[in-house]
Amino acid sequence: MTAEATPSLVGKTGGPAEAGPSAVRGPRGRGTAYPRYVAGKLGGAAVSLLAVLVTSFFLFRLIPGDPVKFMTGGRQVSAEQLASYRREFGLDLPLWQQFTDYCGKALTGDLGTSYQFRAPVMDKISEALPNTLLLTGTSFVLYTAIGIFLGTRAAWRNGGLGDRLNTGLALTLYSIPPFWLGLLLIIVFSVGIGPVPGLFPTGGMESGNAEGFGYVLDVAHHLILPVVTLVAVEYGQTLLVTRSALLDEMGSDYLTTARAKGLRDDLVRRRHAVPNALLPTMTLVFINLGRTVAGVILVETVFSWPGLGGLFYQALSVPDLPLVQGLFFVFAAAVIVMNTLADLIYPLLDPRVGR
Amino acid sequence: MTTTDPDEPMPAPDEPVMARDEPEMARDEPVPARDEPLTASPAPAKAGPGALARQRRRASAVRFWQRYRTHRSGLFGLAALALFALVALTAPLTVGSDVQSVTGAPGRPMESPSLEFPLGTDQFGRSLFGLVVWGSRVSLLVGLLATVLSVAIGALIGITAGHFRGWFATVMMRITDWFLVMPTLVLAIALATVMSRSLGTIILAIGVTTWPTTARLVRAQTLAVESRPYIERAKALGGGHRHVMSRHVLPNVMPLVLAQTTLIISSSILAEATLAFLGLGDPTVVSWGGLLQDAREAGAVSAGKWWYLVPPGIAIAVVALSFTLCGRAVESVLNPKLGVAR
Repeated sequence: MTAEATPSLVGKTGGPAEAGPSAVRGPRGRGTAYPRYVAGKLGGAAVSLLAVLVTSFFLFRLIPGDPVKFMTGGRQVSAEQLASYRREFGLDLPLWQQFTDYCGKALTGDLGTSYQFRAPVMDKISEALPNTLLLTGTSFVLYTAIGIFLGTRAAWRNGGLGDRLNTGLALTLYSIPPFWLGLLLIIVFSVGIGPVPGLFPTGGMESGNAEGFGYVLDVAHHLILPVVTLVAVEYGQTLLVTRSALLDEMGSDYLTTARAKGLRDDLVRRRHAVPNALLPTMTLVFINLGRTVAGVILVETVFSWPGLGGLFYQALSVPDLPLVQGLFFVFAAAVIVMNTLADLIYPLLDPRVGR
Repeated sequence: MTTTDPDEPMPAPDEPVMARDEPEMARDEPVPARDEPLTASPAPAKAGPGALARQRRRASAVRFWQRYRTHRSGLFGLAALALFALVALTAPLTVGSDVQSVTGAPGRPMESPSLEFPLGTDQFGRSLFGLVVWGSRVSLLVGLLATVLSVAIGALIGITAGHFRGWFATVMMRITDWFLVMPTLVLAIALATVMSRSLGTIILAIGVTTWPTTARLVRAQTLAVESRPYIERAKALGGGHRHVMSRHVLPNVMPLVLAQTTLIISSSILAEATLAFLGLGDPTVVSWGGLLQDAREAGAVSAGKWWYLVPPGIAIAVVALSFTLCGRAVESVLNPKLGVAR
């Protein structure tokens, strides 16, 4: 949990996420406290983003050796050419000046020029971003829904055969390297093995000859295997989190009351237990987005999906430092922004928190 | 049907089983064994404080094992790990380091599984069975060392941040939170990219990116321990920071650290495989992730040579799953209320 992430900024009004259900209603109402909470969270996020920016700059200056050597790839280059490369990428300036330049440019959306593609990093990123959002968004919705659904079932029949099978399968899939699962799916369903014909494309996002609605179908066809891989390796976490959140709720008095009123078991679960268990689940789902980013990089690499993850892999193999640096910033920033959004929405959903 | 019990019916009290309470008390005065139902024989009169402490430790270990034994999945994980450890340790005797030599490869390239090569051969004609066995050494070693590094950093920061309050703790926890939201793998990849290709790099990259959860857990536990009266007593008797942290806090957070270690190992092993697969590992050593990368580069995927890909992946998955199962069992023994690992 990001419990008490910003103690100094939020002050005495409470360590938001950690306070959880046990938080006591403070003397002040939401009126004054929520804006302060928002300000604290936004301030924390801004500090984190700045830290990422600084890290991304200095981390990639740690490299032993000359970045220009990477660019030329060991070819014989004259001293004049080296000097011109240095000038082109601003590497001849003192470090502090490079840093202020970098920060200033980053704030205006300029993340430098890729060594490999000789194009602005920002262009490459904005080209790939929609494809990644399509893949990640689809998978995120699916694995969250599946995880919550199965986690609820597992917790409600806790200890039974269904629970053990469910949890066991989730743990197993959770232990599988995503890239390996992707490769296996390609062998079985794209290349075809034995009697199974190749049902799906081996990679990429489109076949390139479809228009209009056919194009949508074509992309969807390419989307299936990557999404299946991501969902399979990621839903386990949501399942486990939901299961334990619901188990926490299951001893509560209000459930006994609901049963005593004569409600059906099914209604007790859907109307009373699950809504309460979903709140902590949602926080953790967002916190775990960092792991999803890792999964996306691997899945896009394996399926040659033209997104940020595939671009990251291409940049790594050179290594194309400005591109690696830019993508590092984008990935970290995405997770920080999503987490902050979750933090901001959370007190609106659960009035016990964040006042 | 809808009981409040978590996973398994535990006959357990809430206190952590292995927590050796007040080690100092045990030395100062022979305390009557007050909370030890399992030590049937009362401490012999001649036993000194040291013997008493040892006896307590043994009793709690026995108690720990008795509860651990009730977790079937934990036992399965332990058995699988023992098997893998045996395979890895005896690899120099069974397959020998010759398996990784490209020049003296015994078979033809990319042979299908046969009697001579149970899992087929790779693109150089090396026996894949031998490579998978040999690769277990690097995969397990890197996983273990990276975890030790990660847990050590986490425990150090957790204990110091819990012990010294004030600005130091604030700064430490700020750094922890920042690392916590960072996509771990991306950071590890970035580190591995900028450093030289070696096993040390991989261990460092995994170790310095995965410690924050441990730090958080340990800090919470440290705060709980430090609020107990015997810490105040130790301080009143003149115990300094180092004494309190190493003699009182550390023994009490050890069980938590142990459970955390088992859980982190599985993700370290997965991370090692991932980095090797992305081509960031040491190209001169054989590891499971590296084998998968070789397989992909040799075109095993498009040629449908599944027997090249399946064994290393299964090995990774089984070891990672086993450590997870063990970790969950340890965690649930130490904290029966938990039911599930986070």
